[in-house]
Amino acid sequence: MSDDVKQIIIDYVKKEYLEEDSEEEVDENTPLISSGIVDSFSMVSLKTFIEKKFNIKIPDEKATTEAFDSVNNIIDLLKEYNVS
Amino acid sequence: MSYSSKAKEFYEGELSSISEAGTFKEERYIQSPQAANIKVEYPTGSPAKEVLNFCANNYLGLSSHPDVIKAAHEGLEQRGYGLSSVRFICGTQDIHDELEKKLSTFLGTEATVLFASCMDANAGVFDVVLGKEDAMIADRLVHASIVDGMRLCKAQLYNYKHSNMDHLEEKLKDTQECRFRMIITDGVFSMDGDIAKLDTIVELGKKYDAMVMVDDSHATGFLGKTGRGTHEHCGVFGEIDVITTTLGKALGGASGGCVSGRKEIVDLCRQRARPYLFSNTVPPVIIAAANKVIDLISKTTDRRDKLEQNTKYFREKMTTAGFDIREGEHPIVPIMLYNAKLAQDMARDLYDEGIYVIGFSFPVVPKGQARIRVQISAGHEKEHLDKAIAAFTRIGEKYKILGKQKKEIIDLYGY
Repeated sequence: MSDDVKQIIIDYVKKEYLEEDSEEEVDENTPLISSGIVDSFSMVSLKTFIEKKFNIKIPDEKATTEAFDSVNNIIDLLKEYNVS
Repeated sequence: MSYSSKAKEFYEGELSSISEAGTFKEERYIQSPQAANIKVEYPTGSPAKEVLNFCANNYLGLSSHPDVIKAAHEGLEQRGYGLSSVRFICGTQDIHDELEKKLSTFLGTEATVLFASCMDANAGVFDVVLGKEDAMIADRLVHASIVDGMRLCKAQLYNYKHSNMDHLEEKLKDTQECRFRMIITDGVFSMDGDIAKLDTIVELGKKYDAMVMVDDSHATGFLGKTGRGTHEHCGVFGEIDVITTTLGKALGGASGGCVSGRKEIVDLCRQRARPYLFSNTVPPVIIAAANKVIDLISKTTDRRDKLEQNTKYFREKMTTAGFDIREGEHPIVPIMLYNAKLAQDMARDLYDEGIYVIGFSFPVVPKGQARIRVQISAGHEKEHLDKAIAAFTRIGEKYKILGKQKKEIIDLYGY
């Protein structure tokens, strides 16, 4: 998995979910959903972004809150779609 | 029939985990009509205690107003108890039509259709007007009923950071290829009492050719100079495409809601909105009383003016007392405590002092944002407010939070 993919997702999470003045740090291990940074309603933006960016379609049964709970988890999911 | 021990154990486990998470919701039995002063049996089985109610959505104090009760009695006498029908079979009376017309006039819209609740209105409206080639662009903090309604709709879902107009504009730019787009927001957000920037939202809607939908449940009847709602408050009265609102808060507080807005959208709801089609009609007692409520608040702004004064007074005195309060002008007054246990402990102590308020914490509000939500009513008299302020001050002193800001409170109690 290239660092580019990781960075693309981290950058998106920061821009999409954190306020500009937020001091919160996000890395590949940061819990996203269980920490409240991304709620289950807002998760749809992240899923849509990833689908568009990497030109894939993630079925709802795979887009679980666990699968999206950290950038590392998302990267694991993306491996199934040969995104690297 | 088989209710297996496996199923039973599973559900028991779910209930235990809710309790362990501290989010188990208990009902308290009120042994009096809804009002500023109520009698509450809590804990269950204990003698009823008189408390001042600061947690109802009874903004205009109309829930037990004599004129409203009289109108409800007349409705019962003249139009009966129930209609045993949905609206379109044999469940529409002249008074339903009368109320829908009155609501349209009051809200400044073309047409209105009643639903059993605003939850039902929100559950039904999106699927009626938007399809998979369309986009719903919602504020991230919209009410749960809107989230559910959007989930029932096939349109693409986008959301923007709470009240962040730049982020909304970005989403509008991203969705230009869609057939129809709808910006979706609460007029007033129920946990913070903050007001949507509806003037900017309407402007962006015009600029990007997007409809605007507002759930105004926490505003109808009192926000704006004549109480019409958030659109009046923000100077965009008559410019909202879809308003959903409730009869269950300021407008008498019984139940029922509506979709009000563009005629074609309302007409389509009558044809296709599933909660409308498959729910029983709102009973005559409620309709007759709601007609009276609209008459009362259309004739005079006395009650919303009193609510405004009460809110201003309470917010000023509580700020002077040293509480960390979310700034604003809405009768929802969040007393910020940040720590969930502190919010619960203080709410319990306030109850012992005769002040009924509720502590809210995650997941109802974001983590680290626990608070006591106070709701002011036109039914409160100055002595009620003073009693609450004095009790809050005593309890605030006990927990040593007066005069302290966010960081200091967190230093003392943690998140």
